[in-house]
Amino acid sequence: MIPEIGHFALILALLVALLLSSVPIIGAASGNTVWMGLAKPAARVQFMLIALAFICLAYAFAAKDYSVAYVAANSNSKLPLQFRLAAVWGGHEGSLLLWAMILSVWTLAVSVFSKHLPDDMRARILGVMGLISVGFLLFMLLASNPFERLIPAANDGRDLNPLLQDWGMIFHPPMLYMGYVGFSVAFAFAISALLGGQLDAAWARWSRPWTLLAWIFLTLGIMAGSNWAYYELGWGGWWFWDAVENASFMPWLVGTALIHSLAVTEKRGSFKAWTVLLAICAFSLSLLGTFLVRSGVLTSVHAFATDPKRGLFILVFLVVVIGGSLALFAWRAPSVGRGGKFALISRESFLLANNVLLAVAAISVLFGTLYPLFLDALGLGKISVGPPYFDTVFVPLMTPALFLMGVGPVARWKQASLPELAIRMRWAFAVSVSTALLLPLLLGHWTPMIGLGLFLALWIFASSAQQVYQRLRPQPQTSQPLSARMLATTRSWWGMVLAHAGIAVFTLGITIVKGFESEIAVRMLPGDVAHLAGYDFRFDGVEQYQGSNYSASRGLLHVSKNGIERAVLAPEKRNYSVQNMPMTEAGISPHIIHELYASLGEPLSAGAWSVRIYYKPMVEWIWAGAIMMALGGLLALSDRRYRMKRRDQKPALQQETAA
Amino acid sequence: MKRFLLPLLLFMLVVGFLFAGLNLDPRAVPSPLVGKPAPAFNLPQLAAAEQTFAPAQLLGQVWLLNVWASWCVACREEHAVLLDLAQTAVVPIYGLNYKDQRPAAQQWLAQRGNPYVATAVDADGRTGIDYGVYGVPETYVIDKAGIIAYKHIGPITPAVLQDKILPLVKQLQSR
Amino acid sequence: MPILRLMLPVLLSVLIPAFFVQVIYAADAAPLQANAAVEAQVQRLALELRCLVCQNQTLADSHAGLAMDLKQEIRSMATQGMSDAAITDYLVVRYGDFIRYRPPLKLSTALLWFGPFALLVGSCIGLVHMLRRRERLAADIAVIPLSAAESRQVSELLGKES
Repeated sequence: MIPEIGHFALILALLVALLLSSVPIIGAASGNTVWMGLAKPAARVQFMLIALAFICLAYAFAAKDYSVAYVAANSNSKLPLQFRLAAVWGGHEGSLLLWAMILSVWTLAVSVFSKHLPDDMRARILGVMGLISVGFLLFMLLASNPFERLIPAANDGRDLNPLLQDWGMIFHPPMLYMGYVGFSVAFAFAISALLGGQLDAAWARWSRPWTLLAWIFLTLGIMAGSNWAYYELGWGGWWFWDAVENASFMPWLVGTALIHSLAVTEKRGSFKAWTVLLAICAFSLSLLGTFLVRSGVLTSVHAFATDPKRGLFILVFLVVVIGGSLALFAWRAPSVGRGGKFALISRESFLLANNVLLAVAAISVLFGTLYPLFLDALGLGKISVGPPYFDTVFVPLMTPALFLMGVGPVARWKQASLPELAIRMRWAFAVSVSTALLLPLLLGHWTPMIGLGLFLALWIFASSAQQVYQRLRPQPQTSQPLSARMLATTRSWWGMVLAHAGIAVFTLGITIVKGFESEIAVRMLPGDVAHLAGYDFRFDGVEQYQGSNYSASRGLLHVSKNGIERAVLAPEKRNYSVQNMPMTEAGISPHIIHELYASLGEPLSAGAWSVRIYYKPMVEWIWAGAIMMALGGLLALSDRRYRMKRRDQKPALQQETAA
Repeated sequence: MKRFLLPLLLFMLVVGFLFAGLNLDPRAVPSPLVGKPAPAFNLPQLAAAEQTFAPAQLLGQVWLLNVWASWCVACREEHAVLLDLAQTAVVPIYGLNYKDQRPAAQQWLAQRGNPYVATAVDADGRTGIDYGVYGVPETYVIDKAGIIAYKHIGPITPAVLQDKILPLVKQLQSR
Repeated sequence: MPILRLMLPVLLSVLIPAFFVQVIYAADAAPLQANAAVEAQVQRLALELRCLVCQNQTLADSHAGLAMDLKQEIRSMATQGMSDAAITDYLVVRYGDFIRYRPPLKLSTALLWFGPFALLVGSCIGLVHMLRRRERLAADIAVIPLSAAESRQVSELLGKES
């Protein structure tokens, strides 16, 4: 009964979405206020219906209803409740429902927090989001119904993949989808602006907080995925340039370019057409990622069970949405005005350069990901494009962007001068170059990559420190106390500094880990001691224990340095009973600098085990940097003007419409 | 104004490739050995360990080399097709028993029928590596000069037999 | 004999602790593979090669049967002193370019390897060109003076606004 209610709710939601995607947009074109006013209640009803469907599916999982085919394929009676609920998005159909639900949440949010927007703009934005919703709901109902019944019902489910039975599964996909889907808001703003011809600075100001919020979620989602892979997969890796990882990274790169571009369009009225294009591309890349994961066109460890028929549906959807929006762009963008002028050397041009670099990086990642497909389709053979390629190409592409991050915020708007900038940045440059050359030598190991990474990270740190100093130092003319000077600096500015510092932390983490990590693979009998990076690891045998749906062997490694015990690592080897699948759980001793990681291999003869031990210095800085970026974004989002301006604008708009 | 059309045009180009990709299998690894001589080996036979089998013995004939194992589930799917093919005697089928145990392999053939004229035993898989075997079953069509003409990955279905293998075999036999 | 009866407790009090001390100095764990240099080469190569069974892992990370076999094969070739390039070629002859995660530089992959840098250089040049053109255009517009009629229009419009 409950699954049928869920199914029916989806059908009703589709009808509402069809209404939402057509009537308000036509109303906006013809100036019909009643039709435009339909958008807000439609968004509300759509959310309630899709949320109902989601709750029905979650209930089917919680109640172990194996008469639903999707539940039988992804769950099991021995699966703990939190993983049964996470299994809702563990497969293709359920993850689509999650997509649709998160889209309805964003649509609802836009409908609520848009009182300051003109009616026709709001109607168009909600209409565009409704159109995307139509696509996903139609796809689910025609080709991927999560509520399909299994007759006769299964006795028990086939279990969720053991790799997914982890807290990461509860956190990573929803965060990621909040980001992917969140870019649909910026997309809808852009399309709405193109349709209505209103490409002024106001459009940028309104869409900026939405874009920033989506970017924050995507940053956290990618970070969560990387961290999860690190502690879950047992080999200490945290990024693999897998097709689906790239599919999440490309929207992030374009999204980062977008939030910078929106800043310029809002402040200076420049880059209008370029910002619109970026908004279209960011969401297009999200949709492309959806296609790549579900169509079977590329192999990926993340790919869902693939079916070319489903792939065709999504491809048609892509052509309609992306092709349509790019066609609209080609038609309307030429009529967009030029905006404020700026010199060849100015903050605007540095930001534009940053955009270009990020866009080139995103295109390169896309190119590398799709290249095997290009060659195969042209009959030119089958190749693989993996981490060696991406590492070789991506680092040189990002290096100028990271360098510019230290220069851009210091440059003046409209007109800056290179000699003046060079003089201002001279000590920051000197400090970063010298430390990058000397520090690794002191630590005993220098390579060009370590030097480059250290230089860029320290350069950004030094530049940020300089910016803070400039802002907060006592001014000769006025005599404000430090607290007043700090308050005078906007949260938006502090957010930028924090986010940029986050990138420096991230870069530093990657540089140190890749430059100084080490590993050993040893055969250990109980009592044996292994040595790595100055630490001693004593193996104290393996104990067996039983988990809720798995049996495990847990090894114990006592870590000491110079005789003093520092940590205990407990790597495990588990066997999940339902799918009879072996899995490793790494034993990790997290540390700001000296992180240790151990992974249990196979039992060998005579009670010995093969053990791999890794030294991963400063690896946590990678994720700490990402969290700092997200916090910086949140700080910028909490800026006063997003709370104040709305109150100021409401009466102004009411006056205008009344007149 | 034409430059504003560029994103749309690039997108349509990508869509073209994605559409083509829907009909391709990204997991299939084509063999670079097609058109090259079949790698030499001299392995003991399954039926009688003291006798050996080498591809050189079959120069002048067109023949199939089928890589199989008793632990391979997919091999059972194609076994009926191979038995039928062996009955028609159009082309001789030789087996390469890959990383298997002798008793298990012999029992497997005894239970399900033996379509092979002879089976070579590749216990450690080194010959498989020479042939680029990465998944079982795989089947090679080898011509009279000992060149690999075609490699099929996965179980042989009646469709593959009719559409690809038999026509190719006929063509090679008539040379 | 009395001297032995005297010596025995002394001997025992020395030998027994010595026995335990030896147990506390437990064995250092032996590396899984004997030859460290060869192993380093195997690991270096295995990280750049694709497992054909799982297809989403390197040979280094994969536990599939074929991956273990191939690693063993690489190990024996490395022990014989073959270079990285020779070992890679050996595998490419049998499995094709698919097994390499670093695409080889050929005519068909030239666009892949040089494309991103060409794009970077091209877009930087395009960017500078476009910015210079904007500057020139803006300067040109600023230089053209208004005609008398246009000046009147401007002041009319400005008057309306205030």
